[in-house]
Amino acid sequence: MIKRLLPTICLLAASPALLAASPSVHMEPPQLQGSRAIEPLTRTAVVRDYLESWKSFRAAMAQNRPSLLDQDFAGTAKEKLTATIQEQAKLGIHTRYQDRSHDLQFVFYSPEGLSIQLIDNVVYEERVLDHDKKTLAKKQMRARYIVVLTPAQTRWKVRIFQAGPNNTRDISASGEVAR
Amino acid sequence: MSPPQRVAAGSAFSISTTGSGQAVLYIVGPGQALRRNVQLGEAVSFPAGVLFHAGRYLVILAGPSTHTREMDVTPADQPHSLSFLAKPSRLPVGLQNGISGTAYVFDAYRNLVTTPLPVSFALSDQGGGASQTQTVTTRNGVAWTRMNSAAKEGSAKFVAQTNGVSGTRVIEEVPGSPCGLTMHATAAAGDKVDLQTTPVRDCAGNAVPDGTIVTFTETYKGEQSTADVPIKKGIAQVVMPAHIGARISVASGVVAGNEIRWGGR
Repeated sequence: MIKRLLPTICLLAASPALLAASPSVHMEPPQLQGSRAIEPLTRTAVVRDYLESWKSFRAAMAQNRPSLLDQDFAGTAKEKLTATIQEQAKLGIHTRYQDRSHDLQFVFYSPEGLSIQLIDNVVYEERVLDHDKKTLAKKQMRARYIVVLTPAQTRWKVRIFQAGPNNTRDISASGEVAR
Repeated sequence: MSPPQRVAAGSAFSISTTGSGQAVLYIVGPGQALRRNVQLGEAVSFPAGVLFHAGRYLVILAGPSTHTREMDVTPADQPHSLSFLAKPSRLPVGLQNGISGTAYVFDAYRNLVTTPLPVSFALSDQGGGASQTQTVTTRNGVAWTRMNSAAKEGSAKFVAQTNGVSGTRVIEEVPGSPCGLTMHATAAAGDKVDLQTTPVRDCAGNAVPDGTIVTFTETYKGEQSTADVPIKKGIAQVVMPAHIGARISVASGVVAGNEIRWGGR
């Protein structure tokens, strides 16, 4: 199954649209625990749409433009990210997220096929800038994202996007930025 | 500065600082962005309900020098709401594992509660008697189940519940396909034959709803006549040309009934 997905992921990584970001992507074997099996085409589409959602997320957070979330986010995830962008704008800051790697694993596909859940152990850089585009801080972060996607008309949209600590690896920490 | 490594969503916490002078404290993550002016050497208090979206946050103390730390906001353990999806909303009776239910559990701030929680699913009939129950522990905030549809038609209540929080869906259980479809024929005026089924029921004895199509087919000398008739008041009835020796059959969908060779009476 993974072998079938790998070429797609390589293609995704090589596509011009993703060259700017090009995080590495690794798929773990699904651990669905008895729920519905995921067809290869569905797996490919969900991974593609989820990685696309990171692009929207990055752009929206960097530019403080919630409308950039519309294509890839829905429901709670969109509401929360929108609220954060509004807070950033009020505070006069913006944030650049750069995802470096994704380690993905499908953990649930609902029996009726209307939601799919995956875990993403992601490594990303978070850089917070003030209104003068001066870096306030930057740090490489590791997080374990629980992601729920639901099908929309033409794509899967991220409905839950919730991070927790990644306990499996050490947290890198330099964390000091001279002013 | 010393932020807590972890705080529960919506709970109060404080961050102690050292040194002297003024600084600005930021807590920034995909879930929220906060800023506080700080007198270095004093603790900064965040009352309950200020930082409530679960996630990883970067804590930045920008003063004479800048310090950063990471902090996790974890979902509250107490569930506040359920997102409960049951499918389908309508199905035939007597279907094994025909109904599925999926419940996502959220705290008061719409964070997915990731602590394992028991969710009980109950499917009960119109009378309220619990006919099937199942308890499933959430994994990554979600629990799911499959249930059989009842033998008797009617509305069923499908409830998911955890720690006093519940979601309810109504499932319409309708009769299944006809079972033991039988017709009889009687002679009618003008060289016609009157064909009429017995009351059409499914295998559990539920009346198949009016409007369901029953097909009568008459074959005579290699020619075939077909009449599609909706069930009315529980039976299907039609008048067709009477040909001695014609074979007449009845069916509904893929279910075949009996066959009659018309002998004139």
